Amino acid sequence: MTPLLPKRERPWQTDPGHIHDVPEPPPMPDEQEKVGTELPAHEVEVLRVAGEARPPHGDPAGVPEPSEVKVPRALAQEIRRAIKRYPQKRSAAIPALWAVQRRYGWCSPEGIVEAAAVMGVTPGYLQSVASYYDLFQLEPQGEHRIHVCTNISCWLRGGDGILDDFVEAAGVEASGHSSADGKLFVRGFECLGACDIAPMASIDERYYGPLEDGDAVAAIEQLRAGTEVLPGKRLEDRGAAGGKRAPADKRLTKHPLNKPKRPRPKRASDGAGRSARTAAAKSKRTSRPKGGR
Amino acid sequence: MAETRLLFRNVDEPDLASIRTYRRLGGYEAIRKAFKEMEPEEVLNELEASGLRGRGGAGFSMGKKASFLPRGDMDKFLCCNADESEPGAFKDRELMQKNPHQLIEGIAIAARAAGANRCFIFIRGEYDLQGDILDRAVEEAYEAGFLGLDVLGTGEQVELVVHRGAGAYICGEETALLDSLEGKRGNPRLKPPFPAVQGLYGGPTLINNVETLCNVPHVVASGADWFKSFGTEQSPGTKVVSVSGDVRKPGNYEVELGIPVRKIINGLAGGTVGRRKIKGFFPGGSSAPVLTGDEGLDLPFSFEAMAEAGSMLGSGSIIVFDERTNVVELALRTARFYHHESCGKCTPCREGTNWTVKMLERMIRGEATPIDLETTAAVQTNIIGNCLCVLGDSMAMPVGSMIQKFRDEFDEALEKGVPMAVAA
Repeated sequence: MTPLLPKRERPWQTDPGHIHDVPEPPPMPDEQEKVGTELPAHEVEVLRVAGEARPPHGDPAGVPEPSEVKVPRALAQEIRRAIKRYPQKRSAAIPALWAVQRRYGWCSPEGIVEAAAVMGVTPGYLQSVASYYDLFQLEPQGEHRIHVCTNISCWLRGGDGILDDFVEAAGVEASGHSSADGKLFVRGFECLGACDIAPMASIDERYYGPLEDGDAVAAIEQLRAGTEVLPGKRLEDRGAAGGKRAPADKRLTKHPLNKPKRPRPKRASDGAGRSARTAAAKSKRTSRPKGGR
Repeated sequence: MAETRLLFRNVDEPDLASIRTYRRLGGYEAIRKAFKEMEPEEVLNELEASGLRGRGGAGFSMGKKASFLPRGDMDKFLCCNADESEPGAFKDRELMQKNPHQLIEGIAIAARAAGANRCFIFIRGEYDLQGDILDRAVEEAYEAGFLGLDVLGTGEQVELVVHRGAGAYICGEETALLDSLEGKRGNPRLKPPFPAVQGLYGGPTLINNVETLCNVPHVVASGADWFKSFGTEQSPGTKVVSVSGDVRKPGNYEVELGIPVRKIINGLAGGTVGRRKIKGFFPGGSSAPVLTGDEGLDLPFSFEAMAEAGSMLGSGSIIVFDERTNVVELALRTARFYHHESCGKCTPCREGTNWTVKMLERMIRGEATPIDLETTAAVQTNIIGNCLCVLGDSMAMPVGSMIQKFRDEFDEALEKGVPMAVAA
């Protein structure tokens, strides 16, 4: 064996003619076929079976002809509106998939073809986008979507138990499945961004928490009955965590944005002032639920 | 120590999300000043002089970032990063839900400073309620003339579109956000070129966090010097801190940067449930290295103090875990999140997160060998700095710090596993 030369002095860097003892290149595909026929018969059989299980191959579908795809008018309009909002039409991929999912309950292949026809892209492109994002469902799912957070903050407060409660109460097989009647879909989710109401769940895109024992059963019953879900646990009803008003800071009172009743030349100042006062009085009277503490 | 409510002023005013209430309380005054009384350069200088640092995690100077955009007449973009998906962070959610117009005003002013004409709010798909609120607020702002082709009759164009994501943590990374906004799978891009030069649709793009942009109207309205009177010299202003985990009053608290961590956790958030001992906490979301209760509680909460302590302020989200918590299980939860969210583009992150989860699961089941712990620690150091984006680092830093600081618990898990763990 020759000693290793410094990189720039290695002969094959400059003159490939020096290579004499290279191994044979791997066989080309057609030669490989021949190699395959020499294999023992039972192994060939195995290969064939594996091949049959795969989806059929061929060229991917092209851009669908708009005249050949029947698209519901409302869906088409929603997608066209989305396209208009962006400088490039491809940006509307996610809004279009949302529209499909809202209409059909999931990103069905037919729905994807319809969206592709409106957007003028290939269905494969939309499929690739849909498969990337967690919220796009590529399989049919239950009508009501329940996502239970199981990440750090919720886990510290018992989020796993809440997920089990929902799975049990909804009668689904396990997290990530729908109920037999197609009404409910329960899934453990990564952080939903509501650690202040941990443990929490997102039911039909609205947040509820902090959840306790029994809330899962109640929520499922309310969903099935079509009534308001967990009325006392809605995120939008919660006030700021630090209470209504923090003590006034001298610097903040000097802030021009904190002097609401400045008379403005253009507007009738007394009207603005009066409405400000009545609203301030109202805000004193109204008491908001502070949430679960 | 009480809160200092700047962004959260009037936070519980009923109907603050409507333009009428927001204007009655002094809103949309800063935008008037920025568009009518100031030149773009002046706005930019004001932002730069204020020392406002990005609130999304990196803490880079906002004014400087805006000044990187080239001058000229081309289409320039501004993206508001509202893809807040980090475990422990929920400040942007509250800011958008309670006061959407503050954000819109901030975006319009920042667009003026950077010369951007097309703006996008990239909001995570899970925030459906907040997306609806923003949609309505944007519509109101268009009607009132604060957005559109001719902002306040000055002839400036600022278009704003609320774009909803569809559930991918990685889209919070700025280049992945741009890919996602272009309608692709949200994979991070190689940097450079940085987005300021070549970002959305190949044009110059400024990307800022929600909280950063919410600060902008206040800086412009009251001036940089006033803004600097809050916080520390290197971290001026207030910070919305999301406190969660084993505390009695979890939630968002707006404090001046530089106040001691103890005052946030024990004072504002009410201390731990049942007065248990604080074992440790993440000072800046789940991607920040953990600090133990003993070393971290007396530090000031600021960008520089946290960096000095070997952690980071990040998004300013504190997750507290008390003495009942098993750190091996906590490490597994953390690692699982990043494993689930890794986009798979770079090998160290894709494989590192995968194997970290597998090895931690083995430890919890009590099937691990001592070499597993060494390998786990080594995997963490090998991820850091070797990927296109920092998602892998975000797992490696907290998990690595947990192994380093709570080594005895990992050693114990090697011997007998973690019998109480729910799922492994």
